[in-house]
Amino acid sequence: MNKTDALIIGAGPTGLFTAHQLKLIGLNCEVVDNLDKIGGQCIELYPDKPIYDIPAVPECTGEELTNNLIKQLNPFDIKFHLNERVEEVKKENDNWLVKTSNGTSFSTPNVIIAGGVGSFEPRKFSPKDCEKFEDKSLFYSVKNKQIFKGKVVSIFGGGDSALDWAIELSKDCSVNLIHRRDEFRGAQASIDKVHNLAKEGKINLFTKYQMASAIGDQQLKSIDIKHDNNGVKNLKTDYVLGFFGLIMQLGPIANWGLNIDKKTIEVDTEKFETNQKGIYAVGDICNYPGKLKLILSGFHEGALAARACFKLARPNEKYRFEFTTTSTNLLKRLGKKSD
Amino acid sequence: MAKITYITHDNKDHTIEVQNGLTVMEGAVQNDIPGIDADCGGGMACATCHVYVKEEWLDKLPSKEDGEEDMLDMAFEPKKNSRLSCQIVVSDDLDGLTVNIPSKQG
Repeated sequence: MNKTDALIIGAGPTGLFTAHQLKLIGLNCEVVDNLDKIGGQCIELYPDKPIYDIPAVPECTGEELTNNLIKQLNPFDIKFHLNERVEEVKKENDNWLVKTSNGTSFSTPNVIIAGGVGSFEPRKFSPKDCEKFEDKSLFYSVKNKQIFKGKVVSIFGGGDSALDWAIELSKDCSVNLIHRRDEFRGAQASIDKVHNLAKEGKINLFTKYQMASAIGDQQLKSIDIKHDNNGVKNLKTDYVLGFFGLIMQLGPIANWGLNIDKKTIEVDTEKFETNQKGIYAVGDICNYPGKLKLILSGFHEGALAARACFKLARPNEKYRFEFTTTSTNLLKRLGKKSD
Repeated sequence: MAKITYITHDNKDHTIEVQNGLTVMEGAVQNDIPGIDADCGGGMACATCHVYVKEEWLDKLPSKEDGEEDMLDMAFEPKKNSRLSCQIVVSDDLDGLTVNIPSKQG
Protein backbone atom coordinates (compact mmCIF):
# COMPACT_ATOMS: atom_id res chain seq x y z
CA MET A 1 0.00 0.00 0.00
CA ASN A 2 1.43 3.36 -1.03
CA LYS A 3 0.49 6.25 1.23
CA THR A 4 0.67 9.66 -0.34
CA ASP A 5 -0.75 13.15 0.21
CA ALA A 6 -2.20 13.26 -3.29
CA LEU A 7 -2.51 10.88 -6.21
CA ILE A 8 -2.57 12.34 -9.70
CA ILE A 9 -4.26 10.37 -12.47
CA GLY A 10 -2.76 11.41 -15.78
CA ALA A 11 0.79 12.48 -16.69
CA GLY A 12 -0.14 15.04 -19.34
CA PRO A 13 0.87 18.70 -19.02
CA THR A 14 -1.84 19.45 -16.45
CA GLY A 15 -0.95 16.46 -14.29
CA LEU A 16 2.75 17.35 -14.43
CA PHE A 17 2.28 20.96 -13.40
CA THR A 18 -0.16 19.93 -10.68
CA ALA A 19 2.58 17.64 -9.32
CA HIS A 20 4.94 20.63 -9.36
CA GLN A 21 2.48 22.74 -7.40
CA LEU A 22 1.88 19.99 -4.81
CA LYS A 23 5.61 19.45 -4.21
CA LEU A 24 6.24 23.17 -4.07
CA ILE A 25 3.77 23.65 -1.21
CA GLY A 26 5.34 20.72 0.65
CA LEU A 27 3.00 17.84 -0.16
CA ASN A 28 4.13 14.56 -1.65
CA CYS A 29 2.40 12.98 -4.59
CA GLU A 30 2.53 10.08 -7.04
CA VAL A 31 1.35 9.95 -10.64
CA VAL A 32 -0.36 7.11 -12.53
CA ASP A 33 -0.75 6.98 -16.31
CA ASN A 34 -1.97 4.29 -18.67
CA LEU A 35 0.52 5.26 -21.39
CA ASP A 36 4.07 3.90 -21.37
CA LYS A 37 5.49 7.42 -21.37
CA ILE A 38 4.99 10.82 -19.74
CA GLY A 39 3.21 13.58 -21.67
CA GLY A 40 -0.38 12.55 -22.35
CA GLN A 41 -2.01 13.90 -25.50
CA CYS A 42 0.99 16.20 -26.12
CA ILE A 43 3.28 13.24 -26.59
CA GLU A 44 0.80 10.75 -28.04
CA LEU A 45 -1.23 12.90 -30.44
CA TYR A 46 0.95 15.85 -31.40
CA PRO A 47 4.60 15.45 -30.34
CA ASP A 48 5.78 17.37 -33.44
CA LYS A 49 2.97 19.88 -33.82
CA PRO A 50 3.82 23.40 -32.70
CA ILE A 51 1.75 25.01 -29.91
CA TYR A 52 1.56 28.81 -29.86
CA ASP A 53 -0.57 29.65 -26.83
CA ILE A 54 1.47 28.68 -23.80
CA PRO A 55 2.11 31.92 -21.85
CA ALA A 56 5.72 33.14 -22.25
CA VAL A 57 6.53 30.30 -24.65
CA PRO A 58 6.02 31.75 -28.15
CA GLU A 59 6.31 28.38 -29.86
CA CYS A 60 6.99 24.82 -28.80
CA THR A 61 6.02 21.32 -29.85
CA GLY A 62 4.09 18.85 -27.70
CA GLU A 63 7.32 17.01 -27.03
CA GLU A 64 9.25 20.15 -26.08
CA LEU A 65 6.49 21.26 -23.73
CA THR A 66 6.51 17.84 -22.06
CA ASN A 67 10.31 17.85 -21.72
CA ASN A 68 10.23 21.30 -20.15
CA LEU A 69 7.54 20.28 -17.68
CA ILE A 70 9.59 17.21 -16.73
CA LYS A 71 12.65 19.42 -16.29
CA GLN A 72 10.64 21.69 -14.01
CA LEU A 73 10.01 18.64 -11.79
CA ASN A 74 13.74 17.83 -11.50
CA PRO A 75 14.15 19.27 -8.01
CA PHE A 76 11.42 16.99 -6.72
CA ASP A 77 11.18 13.31 -6.01
CA ILE A 78 7.99 12.05 -7.67
CA LYS A 79 7.10 8.46 -8.35
CA PHE A 80 5.49 7.77 -11.73
CA HIS A 81 3.50 4.59 -12.31
CA LEU A 82 3.35 4.22 -16.09
CA ASN A 83 1.51 1.52 -18.05
CA GLU A 84 -1.04 1.37 -15.26
CA ARG A 85 -4.66 2.33 -15.42
CA VAL A 86 -6.57 3.32 -12.31
CA GLU A 87 -9.43 0.85 -12.05
CA GLU A 88 -11.01 1.57 -8.70
CA VAL A 89 -11.43 4.51 -6.35
CA LYS A 90 -13.17 3.64 -3.08
CA LYS A 91 -13.74 5.51 0.16
CA GLU A 92 -12.03 3.93 3.17
CA ASN A 93 -12.46 5.86 6.42
CA ASP A 94 -11.18 9.38 5.66
CA ASN A 95 -9.03 8.32 2.74
CA TRP A 96 -9.51 7.15 -0.81
CA LEU A 97 -8.33 3.67 -1.64
CA VAL A 98 -7.11 3.54 -5.23
CA LYS A 99 -6.24 0.40 -7.20
CA THR A 100 -4.58 0.11 -10.60
CA SER A 101 -4.65 -2.50 -13.34
CA ASN A 102 -1.26 -3.82 -12.15
CA GLY A 103 -2.51 -4.27 -8.62
CA THR A 104 -0.71 -1.23 -7.17
CA SER A 105 -2.78 0.34 -4.42
CA PHE A 106 -2.71 3.76 -2.82
CA SER A 107 -4.26 5.28 0.25
CA THR A 108 -4.62 9.03 -0.02
CA PRO A 109 -6.87 11.86 1.15
CA ASN A 110 -6.67 13.49 -2.30
CA VAL A 111 -7.19 12.14 -5.81
CA ILE A 112 -6.64 14.57 -8.66
CA ILE A 113 -8.01 13.44 -12.01
CA ALA A 114 -5.99 15.05 -14.80
CA GLY A 115 -7.15 12.50 -17.31
CA GLY A 116 -7.65 14.53 -20.50
CA VAL A 117 -10.34 12.75 -22.47
CA GLY A 118 -9.71 9.46 -20.69
CA SER A 119 -7.04 6.83 -20.99
CA PHE A 120 -5.44 5.82 -24.26
CA GLU A 121 -6.47 2.36 -25.41
CA PRO A 122 -5.62 0.58 -28.66
CA ARG A 123 -8.18 0.85 -31.45
CA LYS A 124 -9.58 -2.54 -32.23
CA PHE A 125 -10.83 -4.49 -35.23
CA SER A 126 -14.49 -3.87 -35.90
CA PRO A 127 -15.72 -7.42 -36.69
CA LYS A 128 -17.18 -8.88 -33.50
CA ASP A 129 -15.63 -12.32 -34.04
CA CYS A 130 -12.14 -10.84 -33.49
CA GLU A 131 -12.82 -10.37 -29.78
CA LYS A 132 -12.62 -14.01 -28.74
CA PHE A 133 -9.07 -14.32 -30.09
CA GLU A 134 -7.84 -11.19 -28.34
CA ASP A 135 -4.68 -11.70 -26.25
CA LYS A 136 -4.51 -15.33 -27.46
CA SER A 137 -3.73 -15.11 -31.16
CA LEU A 138 -4.81 -11.54 -31.92
CA PHE A 139 -2.87 -8.65 -30.42
CA TYR A 140 -2.70 -4.87 -30.57
CA SER A 141 0.91 -4.71 -29.36
CA VAL A 142 3.83 -7.11 -29.32
CA LYS A 143 4.99 -8.25 -25.90
CA ASN A 144 7.00 -11.31 -26.91
CA LYS A 145 8.00 -11.68 -30.53
CA GLN A 146 9.40 -15.20 -29.96
CA ILE A 147 5.90 -16.72 -30.11
CA PHE A 148 5.64 -15.78 -33.80
CA LYS A 149 8.74 -17.69 -34.89
CA GLY A 150 8.00 -19.93 -37.88
CA LYS A 151 4.32 -18.98 -37.86
CA VAL A 152 2.04 -17.09 -40.24
CA VAL A 153 1.42 -13.58 -38.93
CA SER A 154 -1.11 -11.21 -40.52
CA ILE A 155 -0.37 -7.58 -39.74
CA PHE A 156 -2.96 -4.84 -40.26
CA GLY A 157 -2.23 -1.10 -40.47
CA GLY A 158 -0.40 1.49 -42.53
CA GLY A 159 1.78 3.36 -40.04
CA ASP A 160 5.23 2.82 -38.59
CA SER A 161 4.20 0.14 -36.10
CA ALA A 162 2.70 -2.04 -38.84
CA LEU A 163 5.65 -1.45 -41.19
CA ASP A 164 8.34 -1.98 -38.56
CA TRP A 165 6.82 -5.23 -37.32
CA ALA A 166 6.28 -6.49 -40.85
CA ILE A 167 9.97 -5.92 -41.58
CA GLU A 168 11.14 -7.40 -38.29
CA LEU A 169 8.91 -10.48 -38.35
CA SER A 170 9.60 -11.21 -42.03
CA LYS A 171 13.03 -12.47 -40.89
CA ASP A 172 11.65 -15.66 -39.39
CA CYS A 173 7.89 -15.71 -39.98
CA SER A 174 5.58 -15.74 -42.95
CA VAL A 175 4.14 -12.22 -42.96
CA ASN A 176 0.94 -10.88 -44.52
CA LEU A 177 0.68 -7.09 -44.43
CA ILE A 178 -2.83 -5.80 -44.97
CA HIS A 179 -3.77 -2.15 -45.35
CA ARG A 180 -6.90 -0.28 -46.42
CA ARG A 181 -5.19 1.71 -49.22
CA ASP A 182 -2.07 1.66 -51.39
CA GLU A 183 -0.28 4.48 -49.57
CA PHE A 184 1.46 3.93 -46.26
CA ARG A 185 2.04 6.73 -43.80
CA GLY A 186 5.26 5.58 -42.11
CA ALA A 187 8.89 6.58 -42.57
CA GLN A 188 9.86 6.50 -46.25
CA ALA A 189 12.77 4.14 -45.61
CA SER A 190 10.44 1.61 -43.99
CA ILE A 191 7.90 1.93 -46.81
CA ASP A 192 10.65 1.27 -49.39
CA LYS A 193 11.91 -1.69 -47.41
CA VAL A 194 8.44 -3.23 -47.19
CA HIS A 195 7.97 -2.85 -50.95
CA ASN A 196 11.34 -4.49 -51.57
CA LEU A 197 10.55 -7.36 -49.23
CA ALA A 198 7.22 -7.77 -51.00
CA LYS A 199 9.03 -7.98 -54.35
CA GLU A 200 11.37 -10.62 -52.94
CA GLY A 201 8.34 -12.56 -51.74
CA LYS A 202 9.24 -12.14 -48.06
CA ILE A 203 6.11 -10.13 -47.26
CA ASN A 204 2.70 -10.79 -48.82
CA LEU A 205 1.22 -7.37 -49.36
CA PHE A 206 -2.56 -6.88 -49.55
CA THR A 207 -3.67 -3.31 -50.06
CA LYS A 208 -7.21 -1.95 -50.28
CA TYR A 209 -8.20 -4.79 -47.99
CA GLN A 210 -9.70 -4.67 -44.50
CA MET A 211 -10.46 -7.31 -41.88
CA ALA A 212 -13.83 -8.93 -42.49
CA SER A 213 -13.84 -11.91 -40.19
CA ALA A 214 -11.66 -14.04 -37.91
CA ILE A 215 -12.33 -17.76 -38.24
CA GLY A 216 -11.70 -20.63 -35.84
CA ASP A 217 -13.23 -22.30 -32.78
CA GLN A 218 -10.76 -22.14 -29.91
CA GLN A 219 -7.74 -21.63 -32.11
CA LEU A 220 -7.58 -18.98 -34.84
CA LYS A 221 -7.40 -20.74 -38.21
CA SER A 222 -7.79 -18.10 -40.86
CA ILE A 223 -9.11 -14.63 -41.59
CA ASP A 224 -11.31 -13.23 -44.30
CA ILE A 225 -10.18 -9.92 -45.74
CA LYS A 226 -12.38 -7.80 -47.92
CA HIS A 227 -11.27 -5.69 -50.88
CA ASP A 228 -12.64 -2.21 -51.67
CA ASN A 229 -14.50 -3.83 -54.57
CA ASN A 230 -16.11 -6.26 -52.07
CA GLY A 231 -14.05 -9.32 -53.16
CA VAL A 232 -13.19 -11.52 -50.16
CA LYS A 233 -9.94 -13.44 -49.71
CA ASN A 234 -9.30 -16.09 -47.09
CA LEU A 235 -5.84 -16.17 -45.51
CA LYS A 236 -4.61 -19.03 -43.32
CA THR A 237 -2.96 -17.42 -40.33
CA ASP A 238 -1.69 -18.31 -36.87
CA TYR A 239 -1.55 -14.80 -35.46
CA VAL A 240 -3.05 -11.39 -36.18
CA LEU A 241 -1.59 -8.03 -35.20
CA GLY A 242 -3.62 -4.80 -35.49
CA PHE A 243 -1.95 -1.38 -35.41
CA PHE A 244 -4.59 1.32 -35.68
CA GLY A 245 -3.23 3.77 -33.14
CA LEU A 246 -4.83 4.69 -29.85
CA ILE A 247 -8.17 6.11 -28.85
CA MET A 248 -9.15 7.82 -25.63
CA GLN A 249 -11.73 6.07 -23.48
CA LEU A 250 -13.18 7.44 -20.27
CA GLY A 251 -13.06 3.90 -18.90
CA PRO A 252 -13.45 3.18 -15.19
CA ILE A 253 -13.70 6.89 -14.25
CA ALA A 254 -17.40 6.61 -15.11
CA ASN A 255 -17.89 4.25 -12.14
CA TRP A 256 -16.55 6.42 -9.33
CA GLY A 257 -19.78 8.22 -8.46
CA LEU A 258 -18.80 11.51 -10.07
CA ASN A 259 -21.12 13.92 -11.88
CA ILE A 260 -20.20 13.26 -15.49
CA ASP A 261 -21.65 15.00 -18.52
CA LYS A 262 -20.39 14.34 -22.05
CA LYS A 263 -17.17 12.70 -20.86
CA THR A 264 -16.33 15.65 -18.57
CA ILE A 265 -16.52 15.92 -14.80
CA GLU A 266 -18.31 18.79 -13.07
CA VAL A 267 -16.18 20.76 -10.60
CA ASP A 268 -16.37 23.96 -8.57
CA THR A 269 -14.01 26.75 -9.53
CA GLU A 270 -12.55 27.36 -6.09
CA LYS A 271 -10.95 23.98 -5.46
CA PHE A 272 -11.75 22.15 -8.68
CA GLU A 273 -13.34 19.57 -6.46
CA THR A 274 -15.93 17.14 -7.83
CA ASN A 275 -19.14 16.14 -6.05
CA GLN A 276 -16.93 13.77 -3.99
CA LYS A 277 -14.87 15.40 -1.23
CA GLY A 278 -11.17 14.92 -1.88
CA ILE A 279 -11.56 14.05 -5.56
CA TYR A 280 -10.62 16.85 -7.93
CA ALA A 281 -10.64 17.13 -11.70
CA VAL A 282 -8.36 19.45 -13.68
CA GLY A 283 -7.47 20.02 -17.32
CA ASP A 284 -9.53 18.90 -20.30
CA ILE A 285 -11.56 16.43 -18.28
CA CYS A 286 -13.14 19.01 -15.94
CA ASN A 287 -16.12 21.16 -16.73
CA TYR A 288 -17.50 24.38 -15.22
CA PRO A 289 -19.18 27.49 -16.65
CA GLY A 290 -16.71 29.15 -19.02
CA LYS A 291 -14.31 26.20 -19.19
CA LEU A 292 -11.66 26.53 -21.90
CA LYS A 293 -9.87 23.39 -23.02
CA LEU A 294 -6.46 25.02 -23.10
CA ILE A 295 -3.26 23.82 -21.48
CA LEU A 296 -2.91 27.15 -19.69
CA SER A 297 -6.31 26.63 -18.02
CA GLY A 298 -5.14 23.23 -16.80
CA PHE A 299 -2.11 24.85 -15.13
CA HIS A 300 -4.36 27.28 -13.22
CA GLU A 301 -6.81 24.55 -12.24
CA GLY A 302 -3.98 22.32 -10.98
CA ALA A 303 -2.48 25.12 -8.90
CA LEU A 304 -5.79 25.70 -7.12
CA ALA A 305 -6.56 21.99 -6.66
CA ALA A 306 -3.11 21.53 -5.09
CA ARG A 307 -3.89 24.20 -2.45
CA ALA A 308 -7.20 22.47 -1.73
CA CYS A 309 -5.31 19.19 -1.18
CA PHE A 310 -3.24 20.84 1.55
CA LYS A 311 -6.26 21.14 3.85
CA LEU A 312 -7.05 17.42 3.71
CA ALA A 313 -3.42 16.23 3.78
CA ARG A 314 -2.31 18.55 6.62
CA PRO A 315 -5.48 19.21 8.62
CA ASN A 316 -3.54 20.64 11.57
CA GLU A 317 -1.38 23.05 9.60
CA LYS A 318 -2.25 26.30 7.97
CA TYR A 319 -1.37 26.83 4.36
CA ARG A 320 0.57 30.04 3.81
CA PHE A 321 0.80 31.59 0.38
CA GLU A 322 4.41 32.31 -0.67
CA PHE A 323 6.33 33.39 -3.77
CA THR A 324 9.20 31.39 -5.26
CA THR A 325 11.14 34.64 -5.70
CA THR A 326 11.38 35.31 -1.98
CA SER A 327 10.34 32.36 0.19
CA THR A 328 13.20 30.50 1.85
CA ASN A 329 10.89 27.51 2.30
CA LEU A 330 10.07 27.26 -1.36
CA LEU A 331 13.65 27.89 -2.45
CA LYS A 332 14.80 25.03 -0.22
CA ARG A 333 12.26 22.70 -1.77
CA LEU A 334 13.46 23.78 -5.18
CA GLY A 335 17.03 22.95 -4.18
CA LYS A 336 18.12 26.55 -4.57
CA LYS A 337 18.95 27.05 -0.89
CA SER A 338 20.42 24.56 1.57
CA ASP A 339 19.35 24.16 5.19
CA MET B 1 -25.59 29.23 -43.53
CA ALA B 2 -26.09 25.70 -44.77
CA LYS B 3 -28.57 23.04 -43.81
CA ILE B 4 -26.58 19.93 -42.89
CA THR B 5 -28.28 16.60 -42.32
CA TYR B 6 -26.64 14.19 -39.93
CA ILE B 7 -27.97 10.65 -40.01
CA THR B 8 -27.12 8.82 -36.81
CA HIS B 9 -26.49 5.09 -36.71
CA ASP B 10 -30.07 4.40 -35.56
CA ASN B 11 -31.19 5.98 -38.87
CA LYS B 12 -32.54 9.19 -37.31
CA ASP B 13 -32.17 12.39 -39.35
CA HIS B 14 -30.99 15.56 -37.67
CA THR B 15 -31.09 18.59 -39.95
CA ILE B 16 -29.33 21.62 -38.52
CA GLU B 17 -28.58 25.09 -39.87
CA VAL B 18 -24.84 25.49 -39.45
CA GLN B 19 -23.14 28.88 -39.67
CA ASN B 20 -20.60 29.44 -42.41
CA GLY B 21 -17.05 29.04 -41.17
CA LEU B 22 -17.86 26.39 -38.60
CA THR B 23 -16.91 22.82 -39.40
CA VAL B 24 -19.37 19.97 -39.90
CA MET B 25 -17.91 18.53 -36.67
CA GLU B 26 -18.62 21.74 -34.72
CA GLY B 27 -22.17 21.83 -36.09
CA ALA B 28 -22.75 18.38 -34.64
CA VAL B 29 -21.05 18.95 -31.29
CA GLN B 30 -22.76 22.31 -30.65
CA ASN B 31 -26.14 20.79 -31.38
CA ASP B 32 -25.65 17.67 -29.27
CA ILE B 33 -25.84 15.26 -32.18
CA PRO B 34 -24.66 11.92 -30.83
CA GLY B 35 -21.89 9.85 -32.39
CA ILE B 36 -19.28 12.51 -33.14
CA ASP B 37 -16.79 12.48 -30.29
CA ALA B 38 -14.16 14.90 -31.62
CA ASP B 39 -11.81 14.02 -28.76
CA CYS B 40 -8.95 16.21 -29.98
CA GLY B 41 -11.20 19.21 -30.62
CA GLY B 42 -10.59 19.56 -34.34
CA GLY B 43 -6.83 19.10 -34.50
CA MET B 44 -6.96 16.24 -37.01
CA ALA B 45 -5.22 14.12 -34.42
CA CYS B 46 -7.77 11.56 -33.27
CA ALA B 47 -10.15 10.40 -36.05
CA THR B 48 -13.18 10.42 -33.73
CA CYS B 49 -15.28 12.81 -35.85
CA HIS B 50 -15.39 10.34 -38.74
CA VAL B 51 -18.43 10.52 -41.05
CA TYR B 52 -19.55 8.96 -44.32
CA VAL B 53 -20.41 11.60 -46.90
CA LYS B 54 -23.34 10.92 -49.21
CA GLU B 55 -21.89 9.90 -52.58
CA GLU B 56 -23.19 12.85 -54.60
CA TRP B 57 -21.45 15.25 -52.23
CA LEU B 58 -18.02 13.62 -52.35
CA ASP B 59 -16.73 15.67 -55.29
CA LYS B 60 -18.29 18.91 -54.10
CA LEU B 61 -16.37 19.00 -50.86
CA PRO B 62 -12.98 20.65 -50.56
CA SER B 63 -10.43 17.87 -51.08
CA LYS B 64 -8.57 16.17 -48.27
CA GLU B 65 -5.52 17.90 -46.90
CA ASP B 66 -2.31 16.05 -46.10
CA GLY B 67 -2.83 13.97 -43.05
CA GLU B 68 -6.59 13.44 -43.24
CA GLU B 69 -6.25 10.16 -45.14
CA ASP B 70 -3.55 9.09 -42.67
CA MET B 71 -5.90 9.71 -39.76
CA LEU B 72 -8.69 7.87 -41.56
CA ASP B 73 -6.47 4.75 -41.47
CA MET B 74 -7.26 4.70 -37.76
CA ALA B 75 -10.97 5.44 -38.01
CA PHE B 76 -13.57 2.80 -37.24
CA GLU B 77 -14.62 1.04 -40.47
CA PRO B 78 -13.34 3.58 -43.00
CA LYS B 79 -14.87 3.49 -46.48
CA LYS B 80 -14.28 5.28 -49.77
CA ASN B 81 -16.66 8.08 -48.72
CA SER B 82 -15.09 8.57 -45.30
CA ARG B 83 -14.12 12.06 -44.17
CA LEU B 84 -13.14 13.71 -40.91
CA SER B 85 -15.95 16.16 -40.19
CA CYS B 86 -13.53 18.58 -38.49
CA GLN B 87 -11.92 19.16 -41.88
CA ILE B 88 -15.12 20.14 -43.72
CA VAL B 89 -15.73 23.88 -43.36
CA VAL B 90 -19.34 24.92 -43.90
CA SER B 91 -20.23 27.46 -46.60
CA ASP B 92 -23.39 28.27 -48.58
CA ASP B 93 -22.23 25.76 -51.19
CA LEU B 94 -22.69 22.93 -48.72
CA ASP B 95 -26.41 23.60 -48.22
CA GLY B 96 -28.11 20.20 -48.22
CA LEU B 97 -24.99 18.17 -47.33
CA THR B 98 -25.85 14.81 -45.81
CA VAL B 99 -23.46 12.75 -43.70
CA ASN B 100 -23.89 9.40 -42.00
CA ILE B 101 -22.37 8.90 -38.57
CA PRO B 102 -20.72 5.49 -38.02
CA SER B 103 -21.96 3.13 -35.31
CA LYS B 104 -18.99 4.11 -33.19
CA GLN B 105 -15.83 6.16 -33.34
CA GLY B 106 -13.40 3.57 -32.07
